[in-house]
Amino acid sequence: MIGALIARDIRRGSSGLTWLPAAFFLLVVALMPFAVGPDARLLARIGPGVLWIAALTAALLPVERLVEPDRADGMLDQLALHGVADESIAAAKIVAHWLTFGPLLLVAAIPGAGLLAMDSSSLIRTEIALAVGTPGLAGLAVAIAAVTAGLPRAGPLAALLLLPLAVPLLIFGAANALLLEAAVSLLLTAGAPFVAGAAIRAGRT
Amino acid sequence: MTALLSFDNVTLRRGGRVLFEGLDLALSPGEAVHVTGPNGSGKSSLIRLAAGLLRAERGRIERGPVALADDTLALDRELTLSRALGFWGGKVDLALDAFGLAHLEQVPVRLLSSGQAKRATLARVMASSAPLWLLDEPLNALDADGAERLATLVDQHRASGGAVLAASHQPLAGDWRRLELGQGSRA
Repeated sequence: MIGALIARDIRRGSSGLTWLPAAFFLLVVALMPFAVGPDARLLARIGPGVLWIAALTAALLPVERLVEPDRADGMLDQLALHGVADESIAAAKIVAHWLTFGPLLLVAAIPGAGLLAMDSSSLIRTEIALAVGTPGLAGLAVAIAAVTAGLPRAGPLAALLLLPLAVPLLIFGAANALLLEAAVSLLLTAGAPFVAGAAIRAGRT
Repeated sequence: MTALLSFDNVTLRRGGRVLFEGLDLALSPGEAVHVTGPNGSGKSSLIRLAAGLLRAERGRIERGPVALADDTLALDRELTLSRALGFWGGKVDLALDAFGLAHLEQVPVRLLSSGQAKRATLARVMASSAPLWLLDEPLNALDADGAERLATLVDQHRASGGAVLAASHQPLAGDWRRLELGQGSRA
């Protein structure tokens, strides 16, 4: 059932506007030269940080679609009746969300680095940091999506909750402190299913 | 003969209001209980308690595997009906046939009418191998033919050792034990 659930979420995640977060990511990056000026040295220096800010904002876009549609449609209830633990549902959603969001973001970071005049070694370091950090970001997104599912104006609220919690990922990611980044990402990825599972249970009325 | 579902002195509170208290209920194989009561008396909540989706404030609830049909669809709208039902497993073809949906197999779920969607949720219950069926307002949006098919399938399910707990303010065809909610209910 878990495998079927992951496959289903990937199918649903990759039908329609999968490219939207990646396009938004590139758009935010493209705004940066307009905001700080076309000085290539300055852009290259702030480049990794800009890519991370863009990644965080892009991660907000799909949050409302992650859990709420399945809650409203009774999908979460039926899964529970079929013996799937709420934590397993959340874990499956994290895996599926990362697979539809992470790799595309990593690809979009390549032209993004070009827009910021970053050299290839800086790009590679940032790509590795993004690859390490985005699973944590996916976990955080699913957990926040579960916590805010069913609430009015859940989107802005999710942004307000997600961005502060993503600060450790941002700090270690932009500073390229890979081990600390991995530790934070691991903590978020491992903890998120339990937070999301509890939120799904508490959201049943 | 062990009960498929038993409520022992169950109290349910929703939003600070006690919906029912001291409710005892036991369903053995072959039994069917029809929960009635005015709007807001806790019929749907009773079904969700029985499904384990809500927690009782007091009392004990024991149950085996259950299958639930309520007013949510829980089918992927972009898939065809047989694939969407297939996600949940079980004897899908048999259930589609039994509810007269066989000709809609290849139709996307989003194109189904509300009556056809209701039949689909009931078909999921039938396709599952769960001995206890929980039906919340099973007659909503169902036409006469659908209601007749449901009554037949409920009888077959009971004859093969299953049990049914249905909440509905409409009369249900067949032989049901009634549980009236709304005034210190017992059954």
